[in-house]
Amino acid sequence: MISLPVPKADVLARREAIVAGLRRIVPGEGVIGDALLLKPYETDGLAIYRQPPMAVVLPETTAQVAEILRFCHANGVRVVPRGAGTSLSGGALPLADSVVVGLARMNQILDIDYADRCATVQAGVTNLAITGAVQDRGFFYAPDPSSQLACMIGGNVGMNSGGAHCLKYGVTANNLLGLTVVTIEGEVIRIGGAHLDAAGYDWLGLLTGSEGMLAVVTEVTVRILRGPEGARAMLAGFGSNEVAGACVDAIIGAGIIPVALEFMDRPAIHACEAFAHAGYPLNAAAMLIIEVEGSLEEQAALLGRIERICLDFDPVSLRVAATAEESAAIWKGRKGAFGAVGRISPDYFCMDGTIPTSRLPETLRRIGEMAAAADLQVCNIFHAGDGNLHPLIMFDANNAAQFARAEALGADILRLCVEVGGCLTGEHGVGIEKRDLMGSQFNAVDLDQQRAIKTAFDPGWLLNPAKVFPLLPGA
Amino acid sequence: MTLHSPVDEAGVQAAVAAAYAARTPLLVQGAGTKATMLRPVQAAHTLSLAACAGVTLYAPKELIVSARAGTSLAALEAELAGAGQHMIAEPPDYAQLLGVDGAQTLGGVVATNLSGPRRITGGAVRDHVLGVRAVNGTGDVIKSGGRVLKNVTGLDLCKLLTGSHGTLAVLTEITLKVLPAPEATASVVLLGQTAEAAVAALSAALGSPYGVSGAAYLPAEAAGVLGAGQALTLARLEDFAASVPYRADRLRGVLASFGTAEIWEADRSRAAWAAIRDALVLQPEAGWAVWRVSVRPSRGAEVLAAAQAEGAAGFLDWGGGLVMLTGPATECLHSTITAAALRAGGVWTVLRAPAAWRSVAQMVPAEVPALAVISRRVKAAFDPAGILNPGRIFAGV
Repeated sequence: MISLPVPKADVLARREAIVAGLRRIVPGEGVIGDALLLKPYETDGLAIYRQPPMAVVLPETTAQVAEILRFCHANGVRVVPRGAGTSLSGGALPLADSVVVGLARMNQILDIDYADRCATVQAGVTNLAITGAVQDRGFFYAPDPSSQLACMIGGNVGMNSGGAHCLKYGVTANNLLGLTVVTIEGEVIRIGGAHLDAAGYDWLGLLTGSEGMLAVVTEVTVRILRGPEGARAMLAGFGSNEVAGACVDAIIGAGIIPVALEFMDRPAIHACEAFAHAGYPLNAAAMLIIEVEGSLEEQAALLGRIERICLDFDPVSLRVAATAEESAAIWKGRKGAFGAVGRISPDYFCMDGTIPTSRLPETLRRIGEMAAAADLQVCNIFHAGDGNLHPLIMFDANNAAQFARAEALGADILRLCVEVGGCLTGEHGVGIEKRDLMGSQFNAVDLDQQRAIKTAFDPGWLLNPAKVFPLLPGA
Repeated sequence: MTLHSPVDEAGVQAAVAAAYAARTPLLVQGAGTKATMLRPVQAAHTLSLAACAGVTLYAPKELIVSARAGTSLAALEAELAGAGQHMIAEPPDYAQLLGVDGAQTLGGVVATNLSGPRRITGGAVRDHVLGVRAVNGTGDVIKSGGRVLKNVTGLDLCKLLTGSHGTLAVLTEITLKVLPAPEATASVVLLGQTAEAAVAALSAALGSPYGVSGAAYLPAEAAGVLGAGQALTLARLEDFAASVPYRADRLRGVLASFGTAEIWEADRSRAAWAAIRDALVLQPEAGWAVWRVSVRPSRGAEVLAAAQAEGAAGFLDWGGGLVMLTGPATECLHSTITAAALRAGGVWTVLRAPAAWRSVAQMVPAEVPALAVISRRVKAAFDPAGILNPGRIFAGV
């Protein structure tokens, strides 16, 4: 079980005064102190860990965020920033003596500029709402995490979120132009703007993915892109994980970077098919969903090339969508994957390591062996082009022994990712979940260097302090 | 003046550790082809990475390459081309523009984060730095990122070190994402536009679904270097062989309201974009300064006009967002350009200027006080004794 820092007794003792102070900054229902109303904030998308905060505050302006942080800083109060709380790594898990700063009420789209291809929005705008605001003009915001209906852009910045289409379009960091952030000292700082690239230090790059430890993001300027003429998907089933992996290599080796290249193993195919009835090949050991973009002729030409490559690998199933509807049907199972697993298992962990793609078959084999040894079921659904694995470990949290085995298996899988040359997290963030594994990827010098940067922004370690870095003795 | 030229990371570590112990500043550089950029560094000793060279890992199917910092960019690009791949950010080589000799290194490209025309769609150098090894100011080896395409494990020091001009740590090895080079390319070219019309045309091109990967405007003077008699507005396509003619035709349709566009086929297009990338369409006179200004694209034309009115020459890239300028090294022109950049919501970087004002004028915009405090603390977190390229970007940092 994960450990949290010892709550500050003096802060807990001043709870009422602190809540009253917050109410002076954000009036009315913008401050939550009642235990029952705090309940929804005690956890995030990693729902096995729960800890109610001391209070929640829901500011509506950057100025309020600045006042809140200045107040918390002056009072030595820890702060946990929160967007929609969809983090799968426990990034928004509160601490008992913390104030959660929720950005959900900062949900205004401030500016859309088609000539300069950018939009400025408040941190609480959902990922999909940005695309929703610009799609009538044929534009979109590229990163598309599976939680995009709910997750907020501020949280995407905090975690540097990815998605199924980042092989072509990049992750959050590659699609940002500017940020308004507030430091723990209450200073409002504008980073970047509507132009490309910093002239001095790349604070935008450092802040993106800093998991709320360096500053609180209140406004974000994102690039919006003109969408392609169209997109179409195909599905290919293969006899083994090895063969499917070799086919991925062959596609990329031919100089083709599909806009999406998703991999599902046999357990994932069966779970998704039972849930979505997408017509997935139940006789396949592994399946690829491959999507290309362009005009109808371009789609046909590219899919034809990919189909010919797939045929070299004895596919047990090959289905090229002829229409947008058929593409949607192919995606339907993949997009419902979490629901599908939720249907067959009371709980699951969605892991998020990345591996060198050349180590794919070996890694999947070893995950299978480790799962069998732990007497747990794992299905694998992942972004094959970039090696970002999402093993889903199924368990029942009410069965303490099984829960413990699932936690241990998850840690072992992530250590395996590091061992084969990869990393602990490709797009979900370290949060609380992978914090204690950081030592497997970084040595003490690397971690101390990162901690020193945290200290430079937040000398008192008040901003999301229990995340990302293993707790130091005495914390 | 001592020149340290270690051949490996251990040698870099030893040189930095010795400098740290003695509190002696180091001028950290690759081949020195960008030594005219920003502020001059006052250091008794130079640490050159040029001898730390060589590709250490190249896995084309994984789209990654790792190389030591001193690897010449030309050698790296040749190795990638051998496997049909390329550097996504298309980094420029400014040696000829700036009048310096030498072959730029990978470390120098990463330390300066200078990206070429493809920046607008492909991303900057910093977007493709997947992993770094570096020696910080106390002589410790630090690493960040790794060799995989998606990685959010811990703070992203790759991005912080990219573009930090050697002021935080000495890069020793870098892993980059690379991509297959496009099968074909061509440009759709409008002749004789004003800068304002050109930016509007390029905005329409970039707002089209045809994947424009370069969007530049050359006023008549710069266009003349390419042998053209009038201003050129160029939109580049890079794609599969069958797609390029189709997309060029459609793009010409998008631009029809701006004029009748020519199609420049592969060789002519490549030659033009190489000259744009390296800013060879600018021909600074001896003693002239060179500025690189990044602004909101729709405001690029006004920055260009303001500088031209004070005697500068220039051109636009990135659909108007990048304004490359050269002109007499006068305070008047410098303040005109910096004021115009600020009005246009952007930033500037001085690529070359007389020594006399490199240490007094702002080579990049000053940071707001709250950020400047953080800069100094972050500098100290890497380099507590202030020995790595001190003062290169900001005085005292």
